[in-house]
Formats: sequence, structure tokens, C-alpha cells
Amino acid sequence: MINLRTRIAVAGILAVSAVTVACSSMPTTAAAAVKSEKERHMAPDFTLKDANGGSAKLSDYKGKVVLLDFWATWCGPCKVEIPWFIEFEQTYKDQGFAVLGVSMDEEGWAAVKPYIQDRKLNYRVMLGNDQIGQLYGGLDALPTTLLIDRSGKIAKVHIGLETGKDGFQNEIKSLLDAPRASVPSSYGVMPAWLTGAR
Amino acid sequence: MCLLLTGLCPLGLQAQGSGALTVGQIDQSSVKRGSTFTQKIPLHLKAGFHVNSNAPADDYLIPLRLTWALGKVISEGVDYPKPQLENYAFSAKPVSVFSGTFTLETKFKVAADAPVGAATVVGKLRYQACNNKECLPPKTIEVQVPVDIR
Repeated sequence: MINLRTRIAVAGILAVSAVTVACSSMPTTAAAAVKSEKERHMAPDFTLKDANGGSAKLSDYKGKVVLLDFWATWCGPCKVEIPWFIEFEQTYKDQGFAVLGVSMDEEGWAAVKPYIQDRKLNYRVMLGNDQIGQLYGGLDALPTTLLIDRSGKIAKVHIGLETGKDGFQNEIKSLLDAPRASVPSSYGVMPAWLTGAR
Repeated sequence: MCLLLTGLCPLGLQAQGSGALTVGQIDQSSVKRGSTFTQKIPLHLKAGFHVNSNAPADDYLIPLRLTWALGKVISEGVDYPKPQLENYAFSAKPVSVFSGTFTLETKFKVAADAPVGAATVVGKLRYQACNNKECLPPKTIEVQVPVDIR
């Protein structure tokens, strides 16, 4: 007959095993879904005109996590993601996050500006061109969405509707939660009150 | 097999265009000056892809459009087939599309003073293809119809 102590020990082992099995069978975590820092490369810099006539430069966003979305008004699958991105901008903008949309519409602002108004886009939209298409590998399919970490490196590329809203959200959170040590010093000298120096 | 690279391929035997949409074989038509004729343009889309029809419901979508250059063989209009109404995750309402293999038709009139002999009628086909998850940039391909004018 198995005594009480043995039964407690076996129950403990089973419990630990159960937790181990449960953890190993969980879906891939967001942290694993983005590239490791070693695998990341700098996002090619560009300057484009935005819908308000201003100049938007990608490198000005260093220090923020950026969701860079290449899209077009004629792209059906892009329409699925845009409401998510509107929500992400609203939710995370105060945590050092920004959505940048680059429209690849050949018809230019005449097509894009009404769309921005219709869909109530709350993030910065720029007009792309062939040069930026080449810079980012041709952009053969839309949507193409990149997640760029605080140091300006590409942490994830999504081509087409390959991930859902939750997938994007988890990736954004993991990048926002990552240590800020990798932000290049060229971004600027942080004030003493921010660094904790006295 | 004809030699595509050396240009020794008889007219009408080669597929035109590349990418998601290709134009099928178009045989040479023998036509009389002053007559009319109808030309079929067979099109084939890659599996899984669709193009918007000539009359998509959404103004933002790019319609399929075939236009012909002006010349002695004049287009009198393009007939598009009846589109399919498909449901996609990205649209709340059905989308008017073509997929698989389908055929456009153009009625041509040959001018009474058209020069006798071989000629090529050139058109442009503009389309924009997508599948369930992604879209390809809009593309314009050339369509050539070989004719022998008598």
C-alpha cells in the first residue's frame, strides 16, 4: 500500500509534469515570433511626404516601436488590417509606438486622401513610390507590414494577411516591453532626469 | 515547338503576358476589308487568384479593362463575361470578380481602306489581382490579335 507521503510526492511530480507539458504545448509566444536582436537589420531610411504636406523621415522615429504598413486603397486584405492599426495607434501611442502607413497607390493623393477620411485613419500616412518599393525589396504583394524596434531595426515582416490582430498586438507588446538599451546614442543625449543621474 | 527567343514563333501561338494573368492563344483571323468580326480573348488566372470584374462594386477597386489602339481595325466594344460574386474575409459584401479561365470578346470593324495583308491589332489589358491574403500591384499587359486582311 502506498503511504500518504509517497502519494503526495507522485502527485507533485505529476503536477510539475502537467505544467511542463502545458507550457511546451502553448502557442509560440510573441517574444519568439519577432526576430532575435542578432537577426535584425536596420530598416532602410526614407523621407516621404505625408497627407498634410509635411516630410516624414523614418529615422526620426528611432526610440519608438514603429508599425510600417505598405498598403493601397485597391487592396482588399489591407482593409482588414487598417482598423487594427487604428486601434493600435490609439492604444499604444503614449507608450512609444507609432503606426506609419505608406500608400502605394499610383493615382496619388486623389485616391488616398478620401480613403483616409472615409476610414478615419488616425495615424500618419505617406505616399510611396517606386524607389521606396525597391528599397524594401520590391513590395511584390500588399499588405506588407514591418515591425521596427526602438533602435530602428526590422523585428518582423508580414506579407499578406498572415497573422491576426492578436498576433500583431503580441509582437508590438513584446517590442514595447523590450529593454531600451539598444537605442543608439545618435538618437540624442537623454536628459539626466530621464536616465536617473543626479 | 516554336522558338520564342528567336522570334520564329508563328503569330497566335504564344501566350501573352506574365504574372497572375496570362492571355491564351489567339489565332490569326482572316478578314475582309469593310467587314466586322468578333475576336475572343482567352484569359487565365493563376490558381487561387482573382481579378476585379469590369464593374466592381467598390469604387476603390481597380476594374479589369481592355482597350484597343486606334487603327484600320477598329474596336466596336468589349464584352466581358458575367462576373462571379465571391465572399472574401476582407469585404462585408460579395466582390465582383473573374477567376480561373474566362474569355473577353471584342467586335472589330475593318476599315474599307485598310491595307491588304498581315497586321496586328494591339490592345492593353489592365488588371489587379488578389488572393485571399494579398494583392499584387496593378498591371497592364499587351494583347496582340493577328489579322490577315483581304
